[in-house]
Amino acid sequence: MVLVLALGDLHIPHRAPDLPAKFKSMLVPGKIQHIICTGNLCIKQEVHDYLKSLCPDMHVTRGEYDEDARYPETKTLTIGQFKLGLCHGHQVIPWGDLDSLAMLQRQLDVDILVTGHTHQFKAYKHEGGVVINPGSATGAYSSITYDVNPSFVLMDIDGLRVVVYVYELIDGEVKVDKIDFKKTATAHSAH
Amino acid sequence: MTSGGIEDEEKWLAEGIAGLQHNAFYMHRALDSNNLKDALKYSAQMLSELRTSRLSPHKYYDLYMRAFDELRKLEMFFKEEARRGCSIIDLYELVQHAGNILPRLYLLCTVGSVYIKSKEAPAKDVLKDLVEMCRGIQHPLRGLFLRSYLSQVSRDKLPDIGSEYEGDADTVMDAVEFVLQNFTEMNKLWVRMQQQGPAREKEKREKERSELRDLVGKNLHVLSQIEGVDLDMYKDTVLPRVLEQVVNCKDELAQYYLMDCIIQVFPDEYHLQTLETLLGACPQLQPTVDIKTVLSQLMERLSNYAASSAEVLPEFLQVEAFTKLSNAIGKVIEAQVDMPVVGAVTLYVSLLTFTLRVHPDRLDYVDQVLGACVKKLSGKARIEDAKATKQIVALLSAPLEKYNDIVTALNLSNYPLVMDHLDNATNKVMAVVIIQSIMKNNTYISTDDKVEALFQLIKGLIKDLDGSLVEELDEEDFKEEQNSVARLIHMLHNDDPEEMLKIICTVRKHILTGGPKRLPFTVPPLIFSALKLIRQLQGQDGDVVGEDVPATPKKIFQLLNQTIEALSSVPSPELALRLYLQCAEAANDCDLEPVAYEFFTQAFILYEEEIADSKAQVTAIHLIIGTLQRMNVFGVENRDTLTHKATGYSAKLLKKPDQCKAVYACSHLFWVDDQDGVKDGERVLLCLKRALRIANAAQQMANVTRGSSGPVTLFVEILNKYLYFFEKGNPQITSAAIQGLIELITNEMQSDTTTDPFADAFFASSLRYIQFQKQKGGGMGEKYESIKV
Repeated sequence: MVLVLALGDLHIPHRAPDLPAKFKSMLVPGKIQHIICTGNLCIKQEVHDYLKSLCPDMHVTRGEYDEDARYPETKTLTIGQFKLGLCHGHQVIPWGDLDSLAMLQRQLDVDILVTGHTHQFKAYKHEGGVVINPGSATGAYSSITYDVNPSFVLMDIDGLRVVVYVYELIDGEVKVDKIDFKKTATAHSAH
Repeated sequence: MTSGGIEDEEKWLAEGIAGLQHNAFYMHRALDSNNLKDALKYSAQMLSELRTSRLSPHKYYDLYMRAFDELRKLEMFFKEEARRGCSIIDLYELVQHAGNILPRLYLLCTVGSVYIKSKEAPAKDVLKDLVEMCRGIQHPLRGLFLRSYLSQVSRDKLPDIGSEYEGDADTVMDAVEFVLQNFTEMNKLWVRMQQQGPAREKEKREKERSELRDLVGKNLHVLSQIEGVDLDMYKDTVLPRVLEQVVNCKDELAQYYLMDCIIQVFPDEYHLQTLETLLGACPQLQPTVDIKTVLSQLMERLSNYAASSAEVLPEFLQVEAFTKLSNAIGKVIEAQVDMPVVGAVTLYVSLLTFTLRVHPDRLDYVDQVLGACVKKLSGKARIEDAKATKQIVALLSAPLEKYNDIVTALNLSNYPLVMDHLDNATNKVMAVVIIQSIMKNNTYISTDDKVEALFQLIKGLIKDLDGSLVEELDEEDFKEEQNSVARLIHMLHNDDPEEMLKIICTVRKHILTGGPKRLPFTVPPLIFSALKLIRQLQGQDGDVVGEDVPATPKKIFQLLNQTIEALSSVPSPELALRLYLQCAEAANDCDLEPVAYEFFTQAFILYEEEIADSKAQVTAIHLIIGTLQRMNVFGVENRDTLTHKATGYSAKLLKKPDQCKAVYACSHLFWVDDQDGVKDGERVLLCLKRALRIANAAQQMANVTRGSSGPVTLFVEILNKYLYFFEKGNPQITSAAIQGLIELITNEMQSDTTTDPFADAFFASSLRYIQFQKQKGGGMGEKYESIKV
């Protein structure tokens, strides 16, 4: 069982002062094995270093407001039986369009694609795999989505199965939901 | 005092002890054989050792304690004698025959103790006699120890209320008189020690006097333990007499110690009720006495007393404690003209702590304390002394910590005035402390005037104060500072749009004074704050109320435009471009076509004129395309102009692959999946074909320059776009075209000398996708039927 934290679009300090206190108290160092961040932290020192303190294996891709311009546009990594792809999402037009994201997924050749930019949590399955948007961890303003609730995603990867937990802060309370995905063993040829 | 070396003193002490022990031995022998006469003779000889002038206080004490122990045995013998019928009065008279006065008096006190115990005479009479007799010893050291002995043996025999020695009425007064007299005489002796010896040994004498201070102080302790000394007696007799001695002795060491003693030894309620008297003595003390420490101690005790229980608080109000203390401090500061700034501020810090503990709800008191401090600081330049600065920071931090709510501190009119006296660096540190307090307590500031007050306080962070240069600050520190200001902006909020707009205007006014270095940090949060307000107004249907309402989206957009413009002074074109696009989207949602168009114009101007870096251009053009794709407010003409520009710039990017990607991204500008979205199939195809041409050109270039084929990936991407529009039902995209593309790519890959695993995988998964769609059946399956993979 491998825990992967997926979050992004914090927009600190442009659009939000900090992570919600309730999230901060849940995110404790040592419990998570990997962190993948879709981008738009924005400030390196505070946010990047804070996330790194939760888990040293942290991956970030570049959002259009990120202070550190050296983050890569896309990133792929393998965790257990799954190949994960990471991209902020402002590069994929139309923004939030499932089919266009599916093309990126095919291009990166990954089972799970994690993108952000719309600040709206999404997790759906299509033939190529799973596309996840962890939303905005701070509930930051978005021109695309109205009424953004702070949210982040925790993936539990176990063999051929991944359970996606989404944590959303609604009216001051943290609500959790989960979605199950199973990877079919015959899905991809060996690489 | 002696003027011999330490070794000599050791020798004399040893001699004294030897002599003492020698005589004690014989005294014991006499006691054992009931020989009173001999006992008295040898005890007198023993006590003669205490007549020495050669020992320092520390060593004298050693000798004294040994004599003390021996005298206890003598006392027991006297008691036995009395029990056996010997007249204690006779004994009392007999011991006065001792040759030298010092032994005589020690013996007298010892007998006196037994005398009182026998109750053959009233305690008060014996005590009075003894305390008078002790005047016979005027030598400071010897006198102090003698009187200390008297105090020790009389301790449990005072005619207190409820004691067995209580006589008729008013005997408590006698007890008090006795102790007061002993105290007064002891203090005089103690002070006289200062005069003895050569001037150059002043420090040594002060040290020695320090060692003896508890002998004097003990008397006050005894007074505090007398049951009969109630508040009235304390107020009317004890305190005035003690203070009289303290003031009149005019000795710095004694005054400081005794004031502190009084404060520590007597109960806090007494201090409250005699506050005026106690404080009244302060200005009468020697100017060199560290009165501020004394006052601080007093205030701390009273603070703790107040904290101990809520029931005592009304008492504080009743005696007007705050006013009295505040006046006393004022007088002291006035009187001690040379008091350094740090001293005065420390006093105010103590007073403030007291006030916050005892009268936390009296903001006027708190403000008064700050005001008094300002007065003291006024006329002086900025504080440079590190200690004074530290105290001022403590003064300013105290209300923040107490109230945990910056709004309360903002009500203190003198608060910013105190801050003004800090040097620039500390001023900024304090400003950061204030911001941290707000962030930590999650306090929101919700009125415009409070926001204005707050920004006045933190002005050191907002702009360059006179004399300071931003260059002096370390870059990391500067960033952290400005980021904290940015985060602060999110804490300024009011649900009422009018008030919120006022707040935004106030913040804007302040941050625009910040200069080019600060604007990139402070402008974005303000912009987003305003965008949130616009969205809130959008939600309130019942718009178009009329132009007389100040808070309308249109007016706010004007404000936004002007604010983003300020970034040109930095210059920060990439950031400004992003912000313009955000505003454009917001304007779109508000149905304001001209406003949205204007924002796009600004964005394009920046792109054309300011953004030269090719990587930045790629991101920027994608942001423009992505935003434009979502616009539904534009009429045909405006839309055409903007899309034309977007596609034009896409084709002009530096690198061919970037051109290709941007151009096929533009295809989405002509197909919006909404109900009434534009669906111009032809122009979509035009874009895709143009992208293909560019991809071909890229191929050829790669052949020429590198001798190998170029990026096949681009073709696969374009293929995927064909599939996208094919599925959406664009009639211009035919399955034949798709088939052609598939064959093209297959050929390219086969003729490739080098293999690109990524391109291979991409193509493979694309083909898989087509297969999957074919197998779906239904409409989709039908569509894909003619495509062979």
